[in-house]
Amino acid sequence: MFALILRRVALTVPTFVALMFVTFVAVRLVPGDPIEARTGERGIAPERLAQLRHELGLDQPVWRQFLDYVYGLLHGDFGTSIVTRTPVLHEFLILFPATLELAFCALVFAVVLGVPAGVLAAVKRGSVLDHSVMTVALAGYSMPIFWWGLLLIMFMSEYLGLTPVSGRMDLINYYFEPVTGFMLIDSLLSGEDGAFSAAAAHLVLPSIVLGTIPLAVIARMTRSSMLEVLGEDYVRTARAKGLSPLRVVGLHALRNALIPVVTVVGLQTGTLLAGAVLTETIFAWPGVGKWLIESISRRDYPALQGGIMLISAIVILVNLIVDMLYVAINPRIRHG
Amino acid sequence: MAEENAIDDPMPTAPERLLPGASGLSLSAAAVAEVEPVGEEPSPLRAFWSAFSENRGAVLGLAVVVFITLLALFAPWVAPHSPIEQFRQSVLLPPVWAGGNWTFPFGTDAVGRDVLSRLIYGARISLGIGLSVMVVSVALGIVLGLAAAFMRGIVEVVVMRVMDMVVAIPSLVLAILIVAVLGPSLTNTIVAVTVVYLPRYVRLVRAAALAELTKEYVIAAQVAGVGRLRLMFVTVLPNCLAPLIVQAALGISDAILEAAALGFLGLGAQPPTPEWGAMLADAREFIRSAPWIVTLPGLAILVTVVAINLMGDGLRDALDPKLRRS
Repeated sequence: MFALILRRVALTVPTFVALMFVTFVAVRLVPGDPIEARTGERGIAPERLAQLRHELGLDQPVWRQFLDYVYGLLHGDFGTSIVTRTPVLHEFLILFPATLELAFCALVFAVVLGVPAGVLAAVKRGSVLDHSVMTVALAGYSMPIFWWGLLLIMFMSEYLGLTPVSGRMDLINYYFEPVTGFMLIDSLLSGEDGAFSAAAAHLVLPSIVLGTIPLAVIARMTRSSMLEVLGEDYVRTARAKGLSPLRVVGLHALRNALIPVVTVVGLQTGTLLAGAVLTETIFAWPGVGKWLIESISRRDYPALQGGIMLISAIVILVNLIVDMLYVAINPRIRHG
Repeated sequence: MAEENAIDDPMPTAPERLLPGASGLSLSAAAVAEVEPVGEEPSPLRAFWSAFSENRGAVLGLAVVVFITLLALFAPWVAPHSPIEQFRQSVLLPPVWAGGNWTFPFGTDAVGRDVLSRLIYGARISLGIGLSVMVVSVALGIVLGLAAAFMRGIVEVVVMRVMDMVVAIPSLVLAILIVAVLGPSLTNTIVAVTVVYLPRYVRLVRAAALAELTKEYVIAAQVAGVGRLRLMFVTVLPNCLAPLIVQAALGISDAILEAAALGFLGLGAQPPTPEWGAMLADAREFIRSAPWIVTLPGLAILVTVVAINLMGDGLRDALDPKLRRS
């Protein structure tokens, strides 16, 4: 068990090294100079240009820049944003809670709807309910989520006036210092009337949009996994013992059926972070996805480079944890 | 028609039929066996079709895909107008069911271009991207996957670690990075999406080839002195095709979605190209005033992707019973 964990952890090391190399090279290849992007078309004096290039380390040979970069990464230094002049890690940590809050709510939405829908579809296999669930899942799985977001804004916000169009918070009516960075918690802590419901209202549409694809994947996975388990001998035995159908499905079958689903949920991290880029852009959600897109147009090399490193590191680590969890909850693999 | 070749070609499965007890009945052979009536043996093509047409959703998906493909192929004859011509006297005209007229059945956009014509020409672009990404990534996937499986050692380590790294970066983020490096354009969209989806094919081909390599017919071929290239592409590859075809079909729809997302972010096809994602990006500011230019391009993407996915599910059930969902 321990050896297995060690081996899996060791396998991620070369991936990280390659990742550092690729982000570094790719970001250097982005056309346009960050200084030009910042000074605009008016141009600046050559001496000033040289000085700026020196300050940013852009006059060093490329291999030297790479070594500096790796050295920095190993010391927790992900570079300094050229635009805001704050450390990339610092910026990331300020914005990440917004993305995490959104991703978490999206995942809750997906699991809370997806697992019961999948179980019901499996239990009522072949029924109208089953077909409807699978049709909706297919549509969800095929959904261009940026369009889905626009549709929801059009209907829920513009037409019905139920939810806010964009942002995390109604900043005109409520202002409070961030404590945790999670708007739902901060709004509760602020003690202001209506702040929490305002924060929650802002979360509804983005969570639905971001949760749609995971919802479809989870519903399909739960259904097929459940169908497989329901055909097992031990389920038949449980039925033969005279246990209530609810107990058989809910207790005996579901526990085993959920093993692959847990893995699938974990592996949605990448999907969620990729989806966050689109969702945050549509809803002007101040998270890391929107920040990354903006870094590209600002030619903010270090922010782009550090941001991609950090996001990828999160995906790698979560996948590693999911692997471990899978081994932990599935004795067949642990002892196999 | 690669999918038919998988079972059209009896050659690769023949050695396995010599080993009745072996577990190594190839997937495509199993599919054929399933629908074979006792006695006479129908042609593999017919066997495939009878398995595929059992699934009504798949047939519906195929019909829609054929329809969209025809629209795309004959766009210049089908589309009522040019996709980029601006009719300045009829800007933001609503579609015919919302009080518009039959000159512009789906209405016009903010600069007076016919939405229907743009959607029809857009089908060319989206299907073109989907197919190009699929063809290039399948070809590269086969070469890299087989190389990793056959050469092992350093080749395998390098190829698979690079693939791990690609997978570690969230798909859209990586595509955005690549497009940022190469510059936004249709061709670069194809390059970016191909890189993003390549690992699936490489991993799939490698895993399938490794599974085949242990089987007797491969060893027999090696003993018979078959060269390495022939072994890779002629002996082993055909037996890895079934899951690859399924993945390729589903990969087209993913590529279309990813390319549309890039177009929506302004990093894909550039104006005035009638790409569906880019059309949605243009439409964003008209959510309130012209809902049709927001609704229709997205609907086109959704219908196309659903149809391809339905078809892909049907292909999987027909070609690869082991992967069948239920």
